[in-house]
Amino acid sequence: MKAILALADGRVFHGRAFGASGEVTGEVVFNTSMTGYQEILTDPSYRGEIVAMTYPQIGNYGINLEDVESSRPFLAGFIVKEACEFPSNWRSRMSLDAYLKENGVVGIQGIDTRALVRHIRDKGAQTGIISSVDLDPARLVEKARQAPSIVGRDLVREVTCDQPYHWSEGPWRLGEGYLSAEQAPRYKVVAYDFGIKRNILRKLVASGCDVTVVPADTPAEKVLAMNPDGVFLSNGPGDPEPIVYAQENIRKILGKKPVFGICLGHQLLSLALGGKTYKLKFGHRGGNQPVQRGDDGRVEITAQNHGFAVDAASLQDDAIQTHTNLNDNTVEGLEHKLLPAFSVQYHPEASPGPHDAAYLFEKFTRMMDRAKAEEGKN
Amino acid sequence: MPKRTDIKKILIIGAGPIVIGQACEFDYSGTQACKALKEEGYEVVLLNSNPATIMTDPNFADRTYVEPVNPETLARIIEKERPDAVLPTLGGQTALNTAVAVAKKGVLDQFGVELIGAKLPAIEKAEDRTLFKQAMEKIGIEVPRSGLAHNYQEAMEIIEHVGFPAIIRPSFTLGGTGGGIAYNREEYEEMVMAGIDASPTDEVLVEESVIGWKEYELEVMRDLADNVVIICSIENLDPMGVHTGDSITVAPAQTLTDKEYQLLRDASIRIIREIGVETGGSNIQFGINPANGRMVVIEMNPRVSRSSALASKATGFPIAKIAAKLAVGYTLDEIPNDITRETFASFEPTIDYVVTKVPRFTFEKFPEANATLTTQMKSVGEVMAIGRTFKESLQKAMRSLEIGSAGFESRLFAGPEDERRGLSDDEWTLLRGKLQVPNWERLWYLGDALRAGMSIEEIHALCYIDPWFLNNIRQIIDMERDLRDKAPLVSRGGDAFRELLLQAKQYGFSDKRLAVLWGITEADVRQFRIKLAIHPVYKRVDTCAAEFEAYTPYLYSTYEQECEAAPSERRKIMILGGGPNRIGQGIEFDYCCVHGVFALGQDGFETIMVNCNPETVSTDYDTSDRLYFEPLTLEDVLEIVAVEKPEGVIVQFGGQTPLKLAVALEQAGVPIIGTSPDAIDRAEDRERFQALLHKLDLKQPENGTARSTEEAEKVAERIGYPVVVRPSYVLGGRAMEIVYTIEQLRRYMTRAVQASPEHPILIDKFLDEAIEVDVDALCDGNEVVIGGIMEHIEEAGIHSGDSACALPPYSLDEPLIEEIKRQTVALALELKVVGLMNIQFAIKDDVVYLLEVNPRASRTVPFVSKATGRPLAQIAARLMAGKTLQDLGVFGYEVPAHVSVKEAVFPFVKFPGVDTLLGPEMKSTGEVMGIDMDFAHAFAKAQLGANVRLPLKGTVFISVKDRDKKHILEPARKIAAAGFKIVATSGTASFLKEKGVAVDVINKVKDGRPHIVDAIKSHQIDLVFNTTFGPESVADSFSIRRTTLMYNVAYFTTVAGMRAAVDGIVAMQRESLDVKPLQEYYPAL
Repeated sequence: MKAILALADGRVFHGRAFGASGEVTGEVVFNTSMTGYQEILTDPSYRGEIVAMTYPQIGNYGINLEDVESSRPFLAGFIVKEACEFPSNWRSRMSLDAYLKENGVVGIQGIDTRALVRHIRDKGAQTGIISSVDLDPARLVEKARQAPSIVGRDLVREVTCDQPYHWSEGPWRLGEGYLSAEQAPRYKVVAYDFGIKRNILRKLVASGCDVTVVPADTPAEKVLAMNPDGVFLSNGPGDPEPIVYAQENIRKILGKKPVFGICLGHQLLSLALGGKTYKLKFGHRGGNQPVQRGDDGRVEITAQNHGFAVDAASLQDDAIQTHTNLNDNTVEGLEHKLLPAFSVQYHPEASPGPHDAAYLFEKFTRMMDRAKAEEGKN
Repeated sequence: MPKRTDIKKILIIGAGPIVIGQACEFDYSGTQACKALKEEGYEVVLLNSNPATIMTDPNFADRTYVEPVNPETLARIIEKERPDAVLPTLGGQTALNTAVAVAKKGVLDQFGVELIGAKLPAIEKAEDRTLFKQAMEKIGIEVPRSGLAHNYQEAMEIIEHVGFPAIIRPSFTLGGTGGGIAYNREEYEEMVMAGIDASPTDEVLVEESVIGWKEYELEVMRDLADNVVIICSIENLDPMGVHTGDSITVAPAQTLTDKEYQLLRDASIRIIREIGVETGGSNIQFGINPANGRMVVIEMNPRVSRSSALASKATGFPIAKIAAKLAVGYTLDEIPNDITRETFASFEPTIDYVVTKVPRFTFEKFPEANATLTTQMKSVGEVMAIGRTFKESLQKAMRSLEIGSAGFESRLFAGPEDERRGLSDDEWTLLRGKLQVPNWERLWYLGDALRAGMSIEEIHALCYIDPWFLNNIRQIIDMERDLRDKAPLVSRGGDAFRELLLQAKQYGFSDKRLAVLWGITEADVRQFRIKLAIHPVYKRVDTCAAEFEAYTPYLYSTYEQECEAAPSERRKIMILGGGPNRIGQGIEFDYCCVHGVFALGQDGFETIMVNCNPETVSTDYDTSDRLYFEPLTLEDVLEIVAVEKPEGVIVQFGGQTPLKLAVALEQAGVPIIGTSPDAIDRAEDRERFQALLHKLDLKQPENGTARSTEEAEKVAERIGYPVVVRPSYVLGGRAMEIVYTIEQLRRYMTRAVQASPEHPILIDKFLDEAIEVDVDALCDGNEVVIGGIMEHIEEAGIHSGDSACALPPYSLDEPLIEEIKRQTVALALELKVVGLMNIQFAIKDDVVYLLEVNPRASRTVPFVSKATGRPLAQIAARLMAGKTLQDLGVFGYEVPAHVSVKEAVFPFVKFPGVDTLLGPEMKSTGEVMGIDMDFAHAFAKAQLGANVRLPLKGTVFISVKDRDKKHILEPARKIAAAGFKIVATSGTASFLKEKGVAVDVINKVKDGRPHIVDAIKSHQIDLVFNTTFGPESVADSFSIRRTTLMYNVAYFTTVAGMRAAVDGIVAMQRESLDVKPLQEYYPAL
């Protein structure tokens, strides 16, 4: 069955439908990871986005029961050069196509994805539409133009949990699946769910945290009343600016409890501190982004997924830039000069992606150790 | 960290001659390293015995030692040069072993030299099986169950807990020499003992079989700040059990989830840290159980490897260059990425295409060899292809191989109709066997298995190839069926046909294959494509999947929408490369291509390289201005020409590969520059060639052409035995034989005519005991300059590529040389050669006979260039681009004062059961050069370079055929006078005794024990001289030659070789070998 991808600026790609049939709009972005499509599909941060994979053959190892980052796919649409119909892997349970159909995700394959990527790189990320029901290019371009932009929208509300819940699943091990915590937790952590990836929770559990996940708009008072040892600010979709309620809550928590933020959490923390964020031309999405640490100059290869970034100059007074992207010198990590709070733009929990930055979870627990010691003294 | 300033002078060790397991990839890596370090201002000293390398060009290092790569020579150079550091990780296993030997002798400590890249403990930890296993246990990474055996007893104990099948890997051998898989006790005993023998440390690893497991490789880089990045992951199509060099491999890994891939990545990082490779690239191999994902590490190379070269070409990340910079202290984040310009080397390349590497084998050269693929590498070359899907890249790789395949031709079925028949029982047995036992044709048999209706499960159960690969191949075969079913569309045309054709092209089908499927010609298919506007687009290899703009035009074709070729308006010349390495066409031709690029680039042309061999310097993205990594077929070349519209295309540098395309390219209107395709044809077509000789009044050995056995007998009768027989249009003496009797001729005709039914058989008078001479010359159409005259050491009848030769000639009189020059000039002018020409002459009884004229770059061009200091290929390129010899100031032929000897290097050790006798069929894989002030020393160096250890004392064994007896008297006397004891078989002994030479008799093998083979095995023989005549004597002495080979005893199978060896030994006794850089031989450069 035919399908069309049309961009708001008029560029049209003709391909074949796969996954669910239908029509979706979203911001068209690309991800350069060669592995990890299942994690990408289930990462709530992709809410509102149509994701194009740069690696041309996707679906080779199928879909399994383990490699999920949330309960279901959240992205708007999926673009690949060739979707594999005959997955091969000992953990595979179904094909990519079947999975997308089951979850109602509209996909398109058979287009020149490299041409698409170059277009986005040069012209910037923009709204697009995939359709297998309307094959009129002009009409589709018009629909793409009419579709809402990702800027200024609160997408967090669409992905956060309804109710607080407790998380106990730990790290994954080959052949054993996800393990539960090996020892009794030493830290009580409340994690704000702005669209949280499960591997962050698993990493927190593995680092000895007892984790309670709370909805994005949970008031700070309520969180502080739980008396956690630390508060975690999760990743999430879209533009951080309209998420004012989160910024306000963070401001109330800062200084009272150690805070660790990842991705959207990092941006929200920055905004809470009075910083500014801006939209990148086409964002960072992939598993090969080099990030340099300010303290020792070491480089870590990181997983990233963000379309907005923090303006370094806007935070000079309050925070130290701890991490920098080596490709474009954007801010990758901040630490408050006085308060126990730090954040990174990238994904130390990986999944998908390299594990180089896993040490940051230990940094969070050390911060909580120090805070506990302080509290003891007082 | 900035670069180190405490070191100023760095010695780089090269890999020596091309052998199986060590090919031009180490010229590629060494050249990159030399360039990188010179760029940084270091003084670079280089050791490499291989004259056909770019790295040994005198301008790539400050001091270039073309000397044997062995510990003694390295120690001498270190003593003389006093470098601050030695970089041993870019010259393959040879460089690493040589550095380790020198370090262990204390030479490095003595002269205060530091090993950079990898320190001795790290090298030992990676290479020594026990240490490696301990290291892996320490960091909790599994290795297959195993044990080390040094003798029979230990071997028997180990097998108890390892079980069958067991893998045997001798320690410290390259390409897994002496290794294998034992399925039962008998095989095990035999292999273990052979392995212990082959290992320089008398040690073998016996290992749990992980045969059939998925096999992966990761290319890892580390810098002094302990940053580690993975450059590339590679998945082998052929599962564990086939050497990775012999496996079809694919990048990136295809069938691992991110979680599983990250396990490999984490393990690789822990391994490189634990082993302690400080800087540079390492290659780590893993096996994964397909049933449950259990991962074991197989081995680690603490150096740049063949896979590193592949990974560099596959990703655009120049591993060797970066490794060299890391070795001198830079960190990854300080080194810019040339391709994107704005990013740095501290990242992990991501690719948006699929790379497939397919090895190239030459079993046809060694019919006695066991062609089963095992853990010992047997391939001699490889091709790489890039496509947007595996299907496309696989089919591109298949046609790149140049083995007459344009895709998945059937091995069992005559045509589409035939596929409907059931296979016979015998065919089923054959097919199952071909799937089950790894062999080079398995890929094509997979196609037949699918055509015959076998299921993916059945096929997988036989070959263990991952179903993902099998299903992709199934899609190709399904498409093939579809294409045939829809053949009626071809004549109807229209949109449906366009759709079908486009889909076929996207699957990687070549025009040639489509033509077969549709029963039309390749030209028809091309016409259809042109009419329907179906052309490939060119995409860039950019390390980053288009996230950043690529400034390097490193391109591959695919059938999609957007073309990124962006050709320039500059004056440009395209050079067609040589394709995969094979016996007869190797690095020498890549050398010429690269030189062509250099010269034309300097002259202001934009240079465009087309090649598909990932090992080479020519396919380095910064060698030419634009690189097309594409198959060298008519279809692929024409498409590139259509996009680039070069003003000239050079076909005479890449060997037979581009030459074969010359006529068709010219007919298609491609501007071939240099010698015209017609002139090439005049030299290659027998009848036209004879007319040419007649016109110039030149002599050639009497000859004739035969299309049947009867005709052949008549011709041979007329010109008289012995005769040389060969099929027309052959390379590397393929299927060429010297025939002494009518019976031999009949036998040959039945085999050879079958081998090439379309071409007649050529029969020449064999000039017995003639001296063979090779000449390389330059011509601009009006003037001729002799590049070099080489006298072969072995007599005519031994393929020129297998013969040692000396420049200048060491025994020819001046008048003969003048006559050779005269004939060369006459031929070049008559053929209106523009560029290079190579001529082979034979001299018998002071008469000069012409054997062959090749109006193109020859195998000897790099050797002559190194020997004389005159860059022939560069001059030739300029001539082709329109300059004259006069313009370039190239005159006359100056005979060098020094002597250079080229010696061939053979792969016999990899092929048990193959005879080492030389003949008209070329068998060598590489060459070395010895250079010194006299012939004897130069010859001795060449022997050492070829790893032939000329003894200075001991016992020499002599056994020669009757006709040679009179010739060996002089060398026998000389070697006796040099203090050697002589033993000989009865006939030779009685002859020598008669002439007053002291000699002991030793039994031939058939005379009973103890015999000569026993003596060699018990290390009583240091040198073997053995010539044979006739099949019987060849068979009798076979075990002598094999044993000398296996025990690494120097042996010579021609009288000329013996003479030279004796002279070399005497010279070495008189004065030990000294070392001297090329720059001192011709200081003018």
